[in-house]
Amino acid sequence: MTGTTGRTAAAVSVGDALPELAIPLTRSLIVAGALATRDYENVHHDPQGAIDRGTPDVYMSINNTNGLVGRFVTDWTGPGAFITKLSTRLGVPNFPGDTMTLAGEVVGKQDNLIEISVRGTNGAGSHVVSQVSVRLPDTAAPDTAAPDTTAPDSAAPDNAAEATR
Amino acid sequence: MSATTQQRPAAGPDAEEFLTQLRTFVGQQATPVRYAQDAVNPAMIRHFVEAMGDENPVYTDETAARSTGRSGIVAPPPMLSSWLMVGYKAHTAAAEHGAPDSPMTRLLNLLGDAGYVGVVATNDEQEYVRELRIGDRLKMTAVIEDVSPRKVTGLGAGHFITTLRTYTDADDQVVARQRFRILRFDPTVTKSSGQPAAADPGLRHRPFVMRDNQFWFDAARERRLVIQTCSDCGQLRHPPGPSCPQCGSFAWHETAAAGRGTVHSYVTSHHPKAPGYDYPLTVLLVDLEEGTRLVADYSGDPETVRVGLPVEVDWLDYGGDVTLPRFRNREEQS
Repeated sequence: MTGTTGRTAAAVSVGDALPELAIPLTRSLIVAGALATRDYENVHHDPQGAIDRGTPDVYMSINNTNGLVGRFVTDWTGPGAFITKLSTRLGVPNFPGDTMTLAGEVVGKQDNLIEISVRGTNGAGSHVVSQVSVRLPDTAAPDTAAPDTTAPDSAAPDNAAEATR
Repeated sequence: MSATTQQRPAAGPDAEEFLTQLRTFVGQQATPVRYAQDAVNPAMIRHFVEAMGDENPVYTDETAARSTGRSGIVAPPPMLSSWLMVGYKAHTAAAEHGAPDSPMTRLLNLLGDAGYVGVVATNDEQEYVRELRIGDRLKMTAVIEDVSPRKVTGLGAGHFITTLRTYTDADDQVVARQRFRILRFDPTVTKSSGQPAAADPGLRHRPFVMRDNQFWFDAARERRLVIQTCSDCGQLRHPPGPSCPQCGSFAWHETAAAGRGTVHSYVTSHHPKAPGYDYPLTVLLVDLEEGTRLVADYSGDPETVRVGLPVEVDWLDYGGDVTLPRFRNREEQS
């Protein structure tokens, strides 16, 4: 039982693997991710513009990749975690029509600070390697937790979405 | 500096001079201090988390955020740079009329003029001092930290530019630091072969040029294949040398070769792999029509080579000031 804040430091060990997450790299996602980060470089939305600048098609922006990596990590830790560091190295681009599979492993732990190594692989090879540092809560629910009576209403839609992923 | 990609400096003194020029930007403030157009707000956060498929309730749900000990909803940390983007209007204006002048603009233009027209982010290290809350108004300073020597990547040859960005809040407290690296690259290095991983000839060993053979390499740079010819007895000779092996005369002149010949012998190398070459690598010994022999690469498929194959000269730019002959299969010419 992880409680409303998610995993605690005590419940995590070096070597723990995060469940893999496959992300279909649709053209829509690549464009939505670029625009949601206010990145209007044409290589992320205009196929001909991308070709003119030396790539065969539009490709995912680094901020989009970072957003997916952050989500992948906090999906697993739960909302009690604080991301303190995110270090990303990009490899082959994420082009539309492919699928990126994210995998991760806990590679370090000091008190309640853990380090997670995340790897995103697409059909052409390694797209991203990230090191993510996360501070986890010591206990499942801090004293300032909201009254339980409000929790079921607000949490229900999120839980439903969680179950379908 | 010429804008043609053929003259981009790949190695040697030109490359060093170019790198020195690029590195004058190191330590300079990349762009003027940038202020966020909008304070951290729930609408932009929603756009972001929906695109990412991020269901973490601390980004959208006040109650859930408070139940984790936060004072209210926070922005997803990886969204950091989104708050400081210049926006569509300024971006398109810069794309049409050029970016506003700044050291970063000048550095990018210098590279663009040298043929490095592509740009892609490669590394991003973000350190968050604290989470961003609704209402935070950020500003950012960026310093050019490093410009790399020319490197060859799967996308093409290019230079990496590293900037260090510091994000501060309205009280001038640092909320995040970001080390951001981009590659400004020349896609034509790989485009010519149609293979993204094709080797860059700029990495190859340079020929050993001295007084006796300089004329030959000078001609090759102009894509002319020449043969040293004795001015006294008319004997052709290759490789170049100071005196005629037949009559001993030191007088000589150049004769233009037609650039056609047949394969006398060849070798196909698979290993070890030297930088700058695609493998398997076929090297020919070519009998030129004029009678001298020449060692050169074969540009065709290694499967098609044989002794006696008619070939024709082709040229390969190594970048910088080196161009050398190679030979293509004349039977495959239409």
